[in-house]
Amino acid sequence: MVDLLNLNTYVPALFVVLAPVIGGLLMGIDRKLTARMQSRIGPPILQPFYDAIKLWGKQPFLASGLQPILAFGYFGFSVAAYALLAFGQDILLMIFTIAVADVCLIVASFNSKSPYSNIGAKRELLVMMSYEPVMILAALNISIMTGTFMIQGIFDITVPLLPYLPLTFLAMIPVLVVNMKKSPFDVSASGHAHQELVRGIYTEFSGYTLALIEFGHWTKVALMLSFVTLFWAPNLIVGVALALTLFFVTLVIDNVYPRLDWKSMVKTTWTAGFLLIIANIIGLIVRLVAL
Amino acid sequence: MRTMTKARIKSPWVLHFDCGSCNGCDIEILAAQTPRFDIERFGIVNIGDPKQADVLLVTGPANKRNQRVLRNLYDQMPAPKTVIAIGECACSGAIFHNCPNTLGGVDKVIPVDVYVPGCAARPEQIIDGIMLALQKLEKISECQEEGG
Repeated sequence: MVDLLNLNTYVPALFVVLAPVIGGLLMGIDRKLTARMQSRIGPPILQPFYDAIKLWGKQPFLASGLQPILAFGYFGFSVAAYALLAFGQDILLMIFTIAVADVCLIVASFNSKSPYSNIGAKRELLVMMSYEPVMILAALNISIMTGTFMIQGIFDITVPLLPYLPLTFLAMIPVLVVNMKKSPFDVSASGHAHQELVRGIYTEFSGYTLALIEFGHWTKVALMLSFVTLFWAPNLIVGVALALTLFFVTLVIDNVYPRLDWKSMVKTTWTAGFLLIIANIIGLIVRLVAL
Repeated sequence: MRTMTKARIKSPWVLHFDCGSCNGCDIEILAAQTPRFDIERFGIVNIGDPKQADVLLVTGPANKRNQRVLRNLYDQMPAPKTVIAIGECACSGAIFHNCPNTLGGVDKVIPVDVYVPGCAARPEQIIDGIMLALQKLEKISECQEEGG
């Protein structure tokens, strides 16, 4: 229950408000670090905010009347998913809320006749198909450890999850790569320069609808990294360090690997994700039985 | 300077259209994105989508075959927008000015804001041209914000 008089209610609320801002800053750091890795100077850290403000002021070109509503939906459901995480609610519900946000983006992309945006939307469906089962298995693994699907349960057991779920933590790397739309798995749309689908799923968005999609994307990245933070739940400072390490690993992977096709994406995320997490579940059950 | 104007001149996304150039200027545009010149430090991203672009870079002379495409790309860009003609051919038609199939400079088809001459235009000149276009964009943006 939400207690309005308790100060602790406002801390998660503050995080929900700040989530898109934190995500935007991370995107700026991402662009700067990527530039440094390619021995370039790179744009300022605040570049994503300049981009978003500029997009907000552009003349609106809408592909259909439904598009802005769905763009708002993508952003809104991403924030809702973050709120579920921040208030310690159900992990499964959080994952399904992210799925609803993704569906908003996909439907908005299917809402035009552009072949680029249509193929981008189809590929985004494959992106969803590749990471959602891994996330659900990870949630299952956490629930075996804590005895509940509630995020509050992770805080209640008072021991960090990472020593018990190291393989599940590793399985979060491909999930993060796919979610941040980073190479080698940036099949539906790429953050950088050109690809064969122009801008893929983002092709038909412009002006403020694209800005909303960007806000939604930042929130989703912040959400995924906050989820990783939970692996060291009682002491969140260590958790944040873990999340930033994974963020950096994702950037290194982005700069090292060339783009791969969607088959490799599904194969890699499913093989790596399923094998690692199922091995972890078996190990955990053996450990619990032995105790 | 207002926030919107500042954001606009700090984040110009460019769209590059080759109007039948010899690829000399195109290579120089690509060279401007390499680590040596790194136009991304000004927030410039080469975006392939006219709906998301702010600056249109055109190389090569306008001709009868692709003037419709050029016009279409220009119309698809949301305001405020600027156009830069890169290279002698895009500026005036150069050696192709009296060919039967070409129309001459790009300004015969769409309004051009900045001319970057050169055969081929050097990356430094191209970056300079974009900065000039941004000064114009700043004035447009300020007028727009003052006018409501």
